[in-house]
Amino acid sequence: MTAVLDAAPGTGAVVARGRRARARRRRAVLLVLVLAVVVVAVVALCVGERTYAPTQVLRVLLGEQVPGASFNVGVLRAPRVLTGVLVGLAFGMGGVVFQTMLRNPLASPDIIGVSAGSSAAAVVAITMFGLSGAALSLVAVVAGLGVAGAIYALSWRSGVQGARLVLIGIAVGAMLDSVIGYAMTRAGIYDANEALRWLTGSLNSAFWLGVGPLAAALALLLPALLLLARRLPALQLGDDAAAGLGVSPDRSRLALLLVAVAAIAVATAATGPIAFVAFLSGPIAHRLLRGTGTLLVPAALVGALLVLTADLVGQHLLVHRFPVGVVTGVLGAPYLLWLLARTNRSGGSL
Amino acid sequence: MTDPVHTLAVEGITVGYDDRVVVHDMTLEIAPGAVTAIVGANGCGKSTLLRAMARLLRARTGRVLLDGTPIDAMPSREVATVLGLLPQAPVCPEGIAVADLVGRGRYPHQGWFRRWTAQDDAVVEQALVATDILDLADRPVDELSGGQRQRVWIAMALAQQTDVLLLDEPTTFLDVAHQVDVLDLLVDLNRDRGTTIVMVLHDLNLAARYADQLVALTDGRLYAQGDPSDVVTEQMVRDVFGMAARVVPDPVSGTPLVLPMGRHRTGRGAQRTDDAGATVPPVELPAAQPVP
Repeated sequence: MTAVLDAAPGTGAVVARGRRARARRRRAVLLVLVLAVVVVAVVALCVGERTYAPTQVLRVLLGEQVPGASFNVGVLRAPRVLTGVLVGLAFGMGGVVFQTMLRNPLASPDIIGVSAGSSAAAVVAITMFGLSGAALSLVAVVAGLGVAGAIYALSWRSGVQGARLVLIGIAVGAMLDSVIGYAMTRAGIYDANEALRWLTGSLNSAFWLGVGPLAAALALLLPALLLLARRLPALQLGDDAAAGLGVSPDRSRLALLLVAVAAIAVATAATGPIAFVAFLSGPIAHRLLRGTGTLLVPAALVGALLVLTADLVGQHLLVHRFPVGVVTGVLGAPYLLWLLARTNRSGGSL
Repeated sequence: MTDPVHTLAVEGITVGYDDRVVVHDMTLEIAPGAVTAIVGANGCGKSTLLRAMARLLRARTGRVLLDGTPIDAMPSREVATVLGLLPQAPVCPEGIAVADLVGRGRYPHQGWFRRWTAQDDAVVEQALVATDILDLADRPVDELSGGQRQRVWIAMALAQQTDVLLLDEPTTFLDVAHQVDVLDLLVDLNRDRGTTIVMVLHDLNLAARYADQLVALTDGRLYAQGDPSDVVTEQMVRDVFGMAARVVPDPVSGTPLVLPMGRHRTGRGAQRTDDAGATVPPVELPAAQPVP
């Protein structure tokens, strides 16, 4: 084969055509995801012990006083749906950043013990120190960051490798689970009930009071994550190739890790660790978009969709009311098994 | 090339991993605008030297100089516009299209807020044309053969538009036809764009044929540097690889050809016969000048 250098067209027309086709597909998938989130959110606002028409819901949202609906929708359901969307976005985006950065679909914060860190700290704070409210959330966020830092430090051996970090993270997670178990056995019945939210994840305590701080924190963290994630495409090619492209792998990873953990921990502080949402969103987004760009935004949308849908199912479609984390747990566990079986054979990554 | 030719040199560098020193106090200048191959036995520090030059490893002592400036003191993005690297085992993201992967080579040329431009499209397309894979532009990289994939990675390095290109064993895992193919492509680049090429190569014969300059290492020290026909001698093969060998002129290229002599099947190795069956004395190539 002889290569013709700079002789042939090389105007970029061929490359541009393919790139635009992929961008169109990506936009279509994103549009469908946004619409799906909106539809499920509207359904979640309408449906309940009393079901309202979408027009009534709209009137409530526009600030009108509608007898009954103003309370049921405006006070109970709207903050629940909004919280679900926000934590879904955070879990989805934080999870896919972990998975992409560490080049391992198992490296999601809910698998490697970061969420368990927030939960353990919260449960201990509730049952042993009687904390609640903002102080409790703060403890959960700090603990999430601390555990992530510890896992990172423990897996450091002249650089961090995805597989080693996953194994250490799973071990740390198991240790934290036993801390939770210990704290629960010592807890009084009321505390145990409150602490339960930190084990399965639930939207039951989502009120307007908590939405503001959550939205404010994520309005800061998620754009920061998107900005930092401009280095992800280089990092994805391996540390050597990333360095060749002028991206310092360790520094970029640390920055991404910090912001992603902060987002995950803030969301965990609001609803508890909703099982497997961080873990599932990235792979689902990847399957939908197959090679048409970064997965942060699509995974965030998938996360929101997962949380809303699972909450709707848990609230209304089952015999009993289940917290959202139970439903996502049922969805996620088989996928985890399948993934473990598959990676043994092929060692795939996002 | 209108750009000034960039220079790359190492000055007394010592490099290692943890408590093991792999490259000892090495000083070396890479010939600008030439193809240089680094050769040596397994574990002699070839890849470590290349990794230090690509600033993947920090030297314990000494410095790597790019255009006379210590490379550690330069912003890494700026270095990445001059010095490209094709590592030994880059990771291919699942499902990515060829053109998108090649496009990642544009990263150092993009700022925090600069978007993709028509110029980027053109550069990527030229890289695809140069590596003869434009027809694969929209195919997922996972579906390609090993030889095609290596072309994709080289195209990515080309899209980075650097005047110096470092390659860590670019021919590993390729069959002989694809090895030659990749080396031809690199020589094309060197001729047509004036790209300075530095590569670690395992195959001494291909290195001698394709490189303008050979750098031979032994035990983390520079053994010889120079024109392949000066560097590759029977003595050098014995010193560097610890192996007896005959060195004859390559009938295809005239460059030195190493014929290894193991313990078996070397019955006629000491002698050579010409077409008429008469014994021909061993070919003597000039001895390399070991670097002090």
